[in-house]
Amino acid sequence: MNIPFFRKKNNGGDGNGIAISMDNITKVYDTGKIKVDALKGIDLSVKNGEFVAIVGPSGSGKSTLMNIIGCLDKSTDGKYELSGELVSGFDKERLADIRNRKIGFVFQNFNLLPQITALDNIEMPMIFGRVPSSERKQKARELLAKMGLSDKEAAKPTELSGGQTQRVAIARALAMDPKVLLADEPTGNLDSTSGSDILSVFSELNDQGSTIIVVTHDMALARRANRIIEIRDGRIVSDQKTN
Amino acid sequence: MTREEVKIILTLFFSAAFLRKKRAVLTIAAIAWGTVAILLLLAFGEGLQNRLLTARKGMGENISVVWPGQTSEAYKGLKEGKQIIFRVDDIAFLRERLPEFEGIVGEMTNWGTTLSYGKKTITAFVTGANWQYGDIRNQIPDKGGRFINPQDEEERKRVIFIGYERAEELFGKEDPVGKEVLLNGTPYTVIGILKKKLQMGNYSGPDSYRSVIPLSTFVSQYGRQELDNLVLKVGDPKTMEGGLVRLKQTLGGKCGFNPEDTKALHIWDTVNSSKYMVNFTRGLNIFLGIIGVLTLLVGGTGIANIMYAVVKEKTKEIGILMAIGARSRWITLPFMLQSLFYTLLGGAFGLLISSAIIFVISLIPTEGNEAIEFLGKPTLSVPIGIFTALVLGAIGLLAGHFPAKRAAQIEPAETLRYE
Repeated sequence: MNIPFFRKKNNGGDGNGIAISMDNITKVYDTGKIKVDALKGIDLSVKNGEFVAIVGPSGSGKSTLMNIIGCLDKSTDGKYELSGELVSGFDKERLADIRNRKIGFVFQNFNLLPQITALDNIEMPMIFGRVPSSERKQKARELLAKMGLSDKEAAKPTELSGGQTQRVAIARALAMDPKVLLADEPTGNLDSTSGSDILSVFSELNDQGSTIIVVTHDMALARRANRIIEIRDGRIVSDQKTN
Repeated sequence: MTREEVKIILTLFFSAAFLRKKRAVLTIAAIAWGTVAILLLLAFGEGLQNRLLTARKGMGENISVVWPGQTSEAYKGLKEGKQIIFRVDDIAFLRERLPEFEGIVGEMTNWGTTLSYGKKTITAFVTGANWQYGDIRNQIPDKGGRFINPQDEEERKRVIFIGYERAEELFGKEDPVGKEVLLNGTPYTVIGILKKKLQMGNYSGPDSYRSVIPLSTFVSQYGRQELDNLVLKVGDPKTMEGGLVRLKQTLGGKCGFNPEDTKALHIWDTVNSSKYMVNFTRGLNIFLGIIGVLTLLVGGTGIANIMYAVVKEKTKEIGILMAIGARSRWITLPFMLQSLFYTLLGGAFGLLISSAIIFVISLIPTEGNEAIEFLGKPTLSVPIGIFTALVLGAIGLLAGHFPAKRAAQIEPAETLRYE
C-alpha cells in the first residue's frame, strides 16, 4: 500500500503541487439485494497542471470515479485529498462548498440552466461563492471574451449552437478558478468540427496551467492529454504518459 | 444563516429558473377562492354573533326576571301548593336586603286595555313599572322623548311611554310626544316612544308593543297590589348566581317557602342563558372556521401539486445548481418562499374579493327583510384576519415543505449524466 508522502501534513493550500490524491478508494453500490463493487481500490495522484484522460468501456467504473473526483458522490472507503484537503469525510453541505470552490464541471449534455442568459449561467457559481455582484459581472464577461463569445452575453442556451453552448459551460466551470477542471465526455454531443474546437480550448487552458481531467471514449480527445489512465472492472489497468 | 446566504436564496427565488407562471395563476385563484370562503364564513359568523349579542341586550343586560310560583313541598307548617305572591312593598324590602343587585324593579301588566287617540282605538297591553325599569330593561326613548322619572312615580302622574309599533299604529307619522291618549278612558300624556331596538327573547310580549306607565299610577288606576314579576340587575354578571341564591333565601323567609324549592319561584337568568348563546356562537364559528380551513386546504394541495411538478421538471436544473455548489437549503428555501408567495398572493386576492363582497352586502337594505336583518352584517374583524393569515402561512409552508424536501434529496450525480 502506498502512502502519499504529503499526507502527514495538510497545509490546507494547494497540496504541495498535488491536485488529486486518492488512496485505495472503493465504491460499493448496495441495493439491498445485490452489492456491486464499482471501484475496487483506486490509487491515483494528479499533479497541478496535468491534463489527464480517463478511458475505459461502459461499466468500467470511470463514471463512478469521476463522480468521486468531482465530490458529487462519496467513496465507500479510502482517502481522497483534493488540493490538500481531505474531502472523503465531508458531509453533503461541505461537499457542495468544495464543488463550488475547487471543481469546474463540463458535461456531455452541457447542463446550462435553460431559462437564463449565458452571462447569468456563468455568474451562478460565483453567486454561490459569494463573489460580489460587480466582480461577478466583470469576471463572467472576461470568461465569455476568452471563449470568443462576447457577443452572446444575453443569449439563452437554446439560442446557441452546441459548440457555443459548451464554451459557455467551460466558462462557467472556470468562474471560481477551480483547482481541477473535470469534463465528462465533453465532445460527446458535438459534431467533429465543434468537437475539435472544444479540444483546442482544453489544450489551451492546460497550456495556461489548468489541471484538467477528462473522462472520454473519444481517443482523439484522449490523445490530447499528457496522461491516459485506463480503467477496467473498477481498477486502473494502465497509466501512461503520452509524449 | 448569513446575510450572503439570504441573498443567494432571494436571488434564486427571483431567478426565472424557479418560476412557473401559467400554472401558478390557477393555483393562486384556488387559494383566493379558499380565502374568500374562509373569510366570508367567519365574517357571517361574526355578524350573526354580534347581532345575537345586541338582540340579547335588547331586553337588558345582566338581568334576571323572577315570577312567583307555587310551592312543591310543605315548609314550616305551610302546606305544599301554596301560591307565592309578590307585593309592591316587597320591592323596597328586597332593595334594602339585597344590595348586590344594582337595581330591582317590579312589574304589573294588564292585557286587553284600550288605547285611544283621536278617533283611533287599539287594544294594547300596559305595564306598570318603577322608573328604574327604563335603564334595567333597556327602554331607551327616541329623540324628543323620555322614560318615566322618579317624580312621575312619586306623584302618580298619568304619563305613558309607548312601544314604537303601537305608537305607529296609533299616531302614524304624527309626533306622539306631548299628545294625550286615553288608556281605558283615562287621559295620559305621552312622554316618550321606545327607540327602535333589536330584541331577542321577551316575556309577555315584545317591548315594541308594550306601553309603560309608573307603577304607582298603575296601582291607583287598577287597585292592584300584586306584582306580576320582578326584574333584577347586577353590575357584574359573575355575581348573578350568588345574588339569586340570596334572593331565594330572602323571599323564602318573607313569603314562607324553602329556598331550595325550585317551584316556588320561576327565574329567567339571562346571564346564564347568554353563556349558552356565547358558547353556541363560538361553536358555530369554530365549525365555520373548520369548513373554511378545509376549503383552503384544497387550494394548498394545489400549491403542493404545482411545487411537486416544478421539482420534477426542474430535477436536472436542481442537480446542476447542486453540482456547481448550491447547498441544499439554498434549493429548499426558494421553493418554500415560492409556495408561501403563491399562497399569500392568493390570500391577498381573496381578502380583496371578500372585502368587496362584504361591502356590496352592506349596501343591501336590511330594513323589512327579516332574514337578512337577523343574519346581521358580516364583519371582517382583526382576529379573523390574523387567523386567516396564520392558516394561509401554515398551508403555504406545508405545501412547500414536502416538495422542497424532495428537491433536496436530488442526487446531482444521477441527474446530470443522462438525458
